[in-house]
Amino acid sequence: MIQIEGIGNQTGKKFWRSLNELSSTPKFRQWLGQEFSEGVTELLDSGSRRRFMQLMAASMGLAGLTACRRPVEKILPFSKAVEGLVHGAPQHYATVMSIGGQAHAVVVEAIDGRPIKIEGNKNHRLSNGAANVWAQASVLNLYDPDRSQKVIEKGKETTWEAFQAAFKGMDLADGAGLQVLSGAVVSPTLAGLRAGLVAKYPKAKWVEYEPLNEDESLAGTELAFGDRLRPQYDLSKADVVLSLDSDFLQLDNPGLNVIREFARRRKAVDSMVPAGHAGAAHKPSAHGQEHKAEPKEPVAPAAAAVGEPHAVTPASPGINRLYVVESNFTLTGAQADHRLRLRSADVSSFAADLAREISALPQGLKILGQSDKFLTAVAKDLLAHKGRALVLAGPRQPAQVHALAALMNQVLGNIGETVSYTRPTTAASGSGIVGLAKEIAANQVKTLVVLGSNPVYTAPADLDFAAKYKSVATTIQLSSEVDETALASTWHLPESHYLESWGDAISSDGTASLQQPLIEPIFKTKSAIEVAALLATGTTGNGYDLVKAQSKLADSAWRQGLHDGIVAGTQAPVVKPVANSKAVEAAVAAAPKPAPGLEITFFPSAASYDGRFVNNAWLQEAPEPMTKVVWDNAALVSPKTARELKVEDGAVLSLERGGRKVEAPVMIQPGHADNSVTLTLGYGRAKVGRVGTGIGYNAYALRTSDAMGIATGVTVVKAARTYTLVTTQEHHDQAGRPIVREASVAAFKEAPAFASHEDEHVELIQLFDSFDYSKGNQWGMVVDLQSCIGCNACLVACQSENNIPVVGRDQVSKGREMHWIRLDRYFTGGEDDAQVVYQPMACQQCENAPCESVCPVAATVHSPEGLNDMAYNRCVGTRYCANNCPYKVRRFNYFNWHKDIEEVSKMVFNPDVTVRMRGVMEKCNYCVQRVQEVKIAHKVAGRTPIQDGDVLTACQQTCPAEAITFGNINDPNSAVAKLKSNNRNYTLLHELNIKPRTTYLAKVRNPNPELA
Amino acid sequence: MELKFSKKSDRILKTVGLVIALSVIGGASTLYYATLPTTLEPGYQPKQPVPYSHKLHAGNMGMDCTYCHTSVLKAAYASIPPTQTCMNCHTKVKEKSVVLEPVRASWASGESVPWIKVHRLPDYVYFNHSSHTTVGVSCVTCHGRIDQMVEVKQVQTLAMSWCLECHRNPAPNLRPVQFVTKLDWKPDGDPAVLGREIIAKKGINPPVNCSGCHR
Repeated sequence: MIQIEGIGNQTGKKFWRSLNELSSTPKFRQWLGQEFSEGVTELLDSGSRRRFMQLMAASMGLAGLTACRRPVEKILPFSKAVEGLVHGAPQHYATVMSIGGQAHAVVVEAIDGRPIKIEGNKNHRLSNGAANVWAQASVLNLYDPDRSQKVIEKGKETTWEAFQAAFKGMDLADGAGLQVLSGAVVSPTLAGLRAGLVAKYPKAKWVEYEPLNEDESLAGTELAFGDRLRPQYDLSKADVVLSLDSDFLQLDNPGLNVIREFARRRKAVDSMVPAGHAGAAHKPSAHGQEHKAEPKEPVAPAAAAVGEPHAVTPASPGINRLYVVESNFTLTGAQADHRLRLRSADVSSFAADLAREISALPQGLKILGQSDKFLTAVAKDLLAHKGRALVLAGPRQPAQVHALAALMNQVLGNIGETVSYTRPTTAASGSGIVGLAKEIAANQVKTLVVLGSNPVYTAPADLDFAAKYKSVATTIQLSSEVDETALASTWHLPESHYLESWGDAISSDGTASLQQPLIEPIFKTKSAIEVAALLATGTTGNGYDLVKAQSKLADSAWRQGLHDGIVAGTQAPVVKPVANSKAVEAAVAAAPKPAPGLEITFFPSAASYDGRFVNNAWLQEAPEPMTKVVWDNAALVSPKTARELKVEDGAVLSLERGGRKVEAPVMIQPGHADNSVTLTLGYGRAKVGRVGTGIGYNAYALRTSDAMGIATGVTVVKAARTYTLVTTQEHHDQAGRPIVREASVAAFKEAPAFASHEDEHVELIQLFDSFDYSKGNQWGMVVDLQSCIGCNACLVACQSENNIPVVGRDQVSKGREMHWIRLDRYFTGGEDDAQVVYQPMACQQCENAPCESVCPVAATVHSPEGLNDMAYNRCVGTRYCANNCPYKVRRFNYFNWHKDIEEVSKMVFNPDVTVRMRGVMEKCNYCVQRVQEVKIAHKVAGRTPIQDGDVLTACQQTCPAEAITFGNINDPNSAVAKLKSNNRNYTLLHELNIKPRTTYLAKVRNPNPELA
Repeated sequence: MELKFSKKSDRILKTVGLVIALSVIGGASTLYYATLPTTLEPGYQPKQPVPYSHKLHAGNMGMDCTYCHTSVLKAAYASIPPTQTCMNCHTKVKEKSVVLEPVRASWASGESVPWIKVHRLPDYVYFNHSSHTTVGVSCVTCHGRIDQMVEVKQVQTLAMSWCLECHRNPAPNLRPVQFVTKLDWKPDGDPAVLGREIIAKKGINPPVNCSGCHR
């Protein structure tokens, strides 16, 4: 690693990406220094190079024979035209995706009848046009060749007709012995059919089970208010936020609106200093010369900040302050101004202490001593912001912590301000399966129907559900995958994807959405609604009729609901509860004291969620936001705990609890709480598909019904074997230069343009005459490090939009990942008090692009609109451009990654983007296909100039935090031009004078002076 | 000194050398000219499943191009008409014709008529019909006098250099938009002069950078 002398970080911060880098061993420095990591140019596995040459020679010979004829292509128009369909033109439909009790309103783009891209729905309060990683990636599941396609009876393929006939033959009588198990029922139609089923079979039962649920949260509000209520947060009003083990920005996110509101309050830091101006980024160089103002920089009025896109008015309340108390280092922890590492099991004690400190509970003996300073400072800050503070508790925490959070919010006057409560009509529950298991054991269940879940895999380990399930006489499972439960079932039925079926869903704020299909079922599948109708009425019925009848909407309202993606006026009314402090106090006193020693916490996976997305290659290849691990899950421990356990990265931990044992590869996570092991659910699948089978370990094997979130009483030892996790965190070294820039609010107030002050002051040299970029559309981008939470939504959106291939675990370990945008995660501070800054990094579209001057075939050249164009068909694969790129954003196709792809998977490709071949370089192009589409549309419509916001890049469109702004920098009124004159704006590697079109806004944290 | 080789062998060597050189040059130039787009592309005229005559429909009867190619003015693809468009007339006209049997079969079965593509661009070229037709580039510029063709034949190379000729100098190929589908339209006077007027009026500035057509 080259350390460039004299380049300092004004704030004195050292940024590092891994513990290896922090300790900086010579071997590691040598590894980093290589432009392409060792083995990256090795074509195939050893010994196969000769075979490759043979194949090449053979294919040349064949090519000579076949090239004499022009290939005949056919055009196959419809026989009967489809109304409104224009070949090749995108169509957009609103629908809704339900996962784990949450409903995500989405707008889906279809071309020629193929859904290819998911976006958020602007009409929905919880989406605001943004979509999370799971929604973005869900379109890949639709075309998964491993999807369940056939009805299976006892391992043999059969038909729906055979199942229907067999079902008619079943003697269900009054329903005694009939049970239905499903995931959270968020669909009113499914709920209606459930009522119909129970009416027809009075003794039948329908239970719900979600491995990731809100049981504790609802039990907590019941403790506090005597009513099961769901908190609805309004972070736009919260000046001080305390998270009690809640990753509300990512894994425990209740709705994307929370991220947006939080991010806007982070960005409100700009209102605390006078607005920047265009010249702010330019200052005398070391040689005393003024930099020439670049022509692209528009001179914005001094009050530019007032009209900013994410409007920060002079009356803006300014930046918020976030305190996080947690064990695992989550993305919410990464945004924290102050973060307390604490075992999850001890968070309840912390919450009780804090409640006493702010007089929500009567004074008593404090349980924790060591976090006193933190606790008193938080208490003081919360009390100083009554009505403008917020306390959130995470779903892993027991009910009394949720009750304490509710009580504290009441004492602080936050209820009705930053948090309100609604009565949920649907909820994700995790307890139903316990009763079901008991009844199976008592031989009371004869027929068990499982609708769209996989209980054999996800059920709590203490229920021994797999054996119990097999003991039921007749089991019928509807699932989109042939999974663990399918193998154990008498009947397995293939389930339709949400993009193939009619349905409806209630989101967590009560808003109802209609789910409309964009494509006929690709395989012979049925939806849960259709199968439930079969149970309830004896015929499968038609999804459309069932949903429409249930909605009770008039035709016009129905059509409006389909169009908007929401049914107007369905948001749940706010209730005004009063917390009973006595009840909470009693619950806190009655709660068992957490056992000392090691604990285990169970987190959803940022890729697989609860296991349902494990066969999604886009999600598996997206590096886990904090660890950057791909295609795996790890057991996370703190550096201190690792030393105590005598393990290093690469070791495997053997975890044992109550006679159940799991082996998991260890990853040492800076900033993780000591004496705590974070396990990730959703991996270690015994049976799913070619992507997800056998990757990672199965954390469900340790998860019991009494410890769904946090488990103590664990024995952890180092296992004999070792295992290498593949992580991208050390790929693409930046050689110690000030790439990410960060300051505190105090430092920011003192020097608002601190970020550009960190530029190296050298004479800027222009190698050749610059092009005149002063006319027309000049595309540029600003990425705000202040609001980026590192959630990967942009990365998956980019993958979906731009046909980016997946390369697999082994290839990522060789540094061959293909993502055009990556989320660089930098740590600052020490290994214990580490803080994190995320930096999305894609092609910077340099005006003086170093890649272009070294290309021998002019495959990468500049467009007059400032884009660094990539002509794939010209590229001969010298890789000189990647070598010369200072940002490491070019990706090379070492193989034809699309070669062995199944026909059905090809349907996911965006036809507006070339599918690249082996030997071709590729990179971000600011979604040039979207730019061209808008330009042509404007041209055809008659030359109206492109307005700001007409062109959205895929990453920008999906970002829930509005961290990415794209537009015409020649238009002084565009959002991007205004942000370019923001105080915090800085250019990466400014000293190279390559004039990147993407610039960054530095991060500002808001530390509490009392904790400094 | 005794000669190891006779003078004759020297002559043979020279002749052989000349023959080799000539055949290499000849072979290379044959290969070069034989694979040029101008040699390979124009004149491609596959046999279609139905001998649909553009000359009869568009020429003699004067049907407008957009009757069948409905999206040519508004989308990337001009669109090949569905069988339904044929059947608009052919349920009444020539309803028993033998050559129209595949069309009737398609209408009855719902299967497509398998037309053979004549004008083919590589997959990495994103040509958009609407952006050309709405600024006044006529069908005839790329497709020739379709209205005089009994069977459609490719007349231009559709090579990148040919595209760029017009993108660099569009004036000779522009006409008022209302005449775009009038293939026999001729301007009064110099087409380049009229073209320059249209360029000025519409602000036409065709892209000549890579991402204009390649994405």
